[in-house]
Amino acid sequence: MTSRFQAASSEVSPIQHTVSPYVVGASVLAIKYRDGVMMIADTMGSYGNMARFKDFHRLHKVNSTTAMGASGELSDLQYIRDMLEELTLGDFQQDDGSQLTAKEVHSYLARVLYNRRSRVNPLWNELVVAGVEPGPNGQAFLGTVDLYGSNYEEDIIATGYGQYIAMPLLRREWRADMTKQEARTLLEKCMTVLFYRHCRQINRYTLSDVTADGVDISEPFELEVKWNYKQFVVPTAQQSLVQ
Amino acid sequence: QTQKRTMNPSQVLNANKGGFDFELSKRNEALLSGNQALSSKVPKAMKTGTTIAGIVYNDGVVLGADTRATEGSITCDKNCEKIHYIAQNIYCCGAGTSADTENTTNLISSQLELHKLQTGTEPRVITAMTRLKQRLFQYQGHISAALVLGGVDATGAHLHTVWPHGSTDRLPFATMGSGSLAAMAVFEAGYKDDLDEKEAVALVDQAIQAGIWNDLGSGGNVDICVISKTNGVSMKRNYRTPNERKFRSDLKGYHFPRGTTEVTSESVEMFDPSIVVPSEPDDNDDKNDDNDSKMDVE
Repeated sequence: MTSRFQAASSEVSPIQHTVSPYVVGASVLAIKYRDGVMMIADTMGSYGNMARFKDFHRLHKVNSTTAMGASGELSDLQYIRDMLEELTLGDFQQDDGSQLTAKEVHSYLARVLYNRRSRVNPLWNELVVAGVEPGPNGQAFLGTVDLYGSNYEEDIIATGYGQYIAMPLLRREWRADMTKQEARTLLEKCMTVLFYRHCRQINRYTLSDVTADGVDISEPFELEVKWNYKQFVVPTAQQSLVQ
Repeated sequence: QTQKRTMNPSQVLNANKGGFDFELSKRNEALLSGNQALSSKVPKAMKTGTTIAGIVYNDGVVLGADTRATEGSITCDKNCEKIHYIAQNIYCCGAGTSADTENTTNLISSQLELHKLQTGTEPRVITAMTRLKQRLFQYQGHISAALVLGGVDATGAHLHTVWPHGSTDRLPFATMGSGSLAAMAVFEAGYKDDLDEKEAVALVDQAIQAGIWNDLGSGGNVDICVISKTNGVSMKRNYRTPNERKFRSDLKGYHFPRGTTEVTSESVEMFDPSIVVPSEPDDNDDKNDDNDSKMDVE
């Protein structure tokens, strides 16, 4: 008698829900500019206090008009990437010249994430969707979805610590008609500041640029950082009294 | 079986004669018991949500602060002063519980004044820092004061941060409070070696504004304090006021010129200049009191 109950309890385990993330990605920043949308993220996957993966690419090309970036649990990012690839593959197989637009991808992800949240088993991410509508006069699209399913469209987007550190800088310096170089410089400046202050970021980034010409995701690159300000090298307490 | 008796105040006093009085312990327990009726009456501490910042430039130190004080999610003071006087050459910005920052800085200011009289020398920033950190460490973080301390003394210009548990840092630029991330972002993007006063003040102004606009715990105006080796102290209270009330009533107040309301009729009644109120017979012993009340109307 007892063995039947025992067998039952050892074979059937309760359904697990995500309660905390394990391998996480840091902030993603994205801005609209004159020719389209630009997005940047570093290439680190942190395992708590450990810098576990240092070449994890968090910016992904969905199709020729849309790119997606993610912060948060990286296994969920990979699952979402697989889901989107299925959709893109389906579009390709239809072979009717029509693709999912960025707005549609954003809407789809918002519904998926809200549905998961409602089942109390979230995909622990903050996603950024960037794209440009195909055809002449295509509108640029930039939106975000988080683990609760909260979603909105904006001209400037930051996830994670970027909201506290990069957003004040982006809000001050962003203009709608920035050139490609200006947009890149702004994003790089914000990422450098984030690297100074965010313990879970490294100085290695990928940049994605979506324009009417398509989606381009760069190879990883480093940015210049400055650690040798005079007062850090020779603190005021140790400076000579003779000024 | 012990029965619970309710005691009246005099019985309570008698029961607690001599030795220790633990009446307040019972009150503490009741407040912590989670009883909604009791715990909802406890007021929230007034905190300064806050953005405070400081920077060392080529001729001294510039301190900056916002001016919003909050009680929970209500702004209780739109223009409070968060840059506190410690000594003539030393000032301190305070974030955290307002009472704690105010009283702690006053105490250390007082101690430094006595110290100055005793030693005959100008107070040093590290002395203020040491006094502050020793007090805060003693209270193990229960005094919720996070400070940016800056000043100029015989050893040069210095800037320190003091944390509620008693640790300190000495830095070229520092921010504290809920808006510290926004302000620090501005500092990290804009700091360079050998800033002059104008650049330093502009940078601190931008940093505090970043806190005001992007942090909900900060708001109001920007206060700046420049402590310079050559020009002494310049306290710029309300250096910038970017949140002025948009719609103001006439500055004269509720003054309406005669004729605003149409007068349809007028009647004047003159009252007697002197009224005597007759006294009533009393049951009291003191019949000698004059119970007539005379009202003189001029």
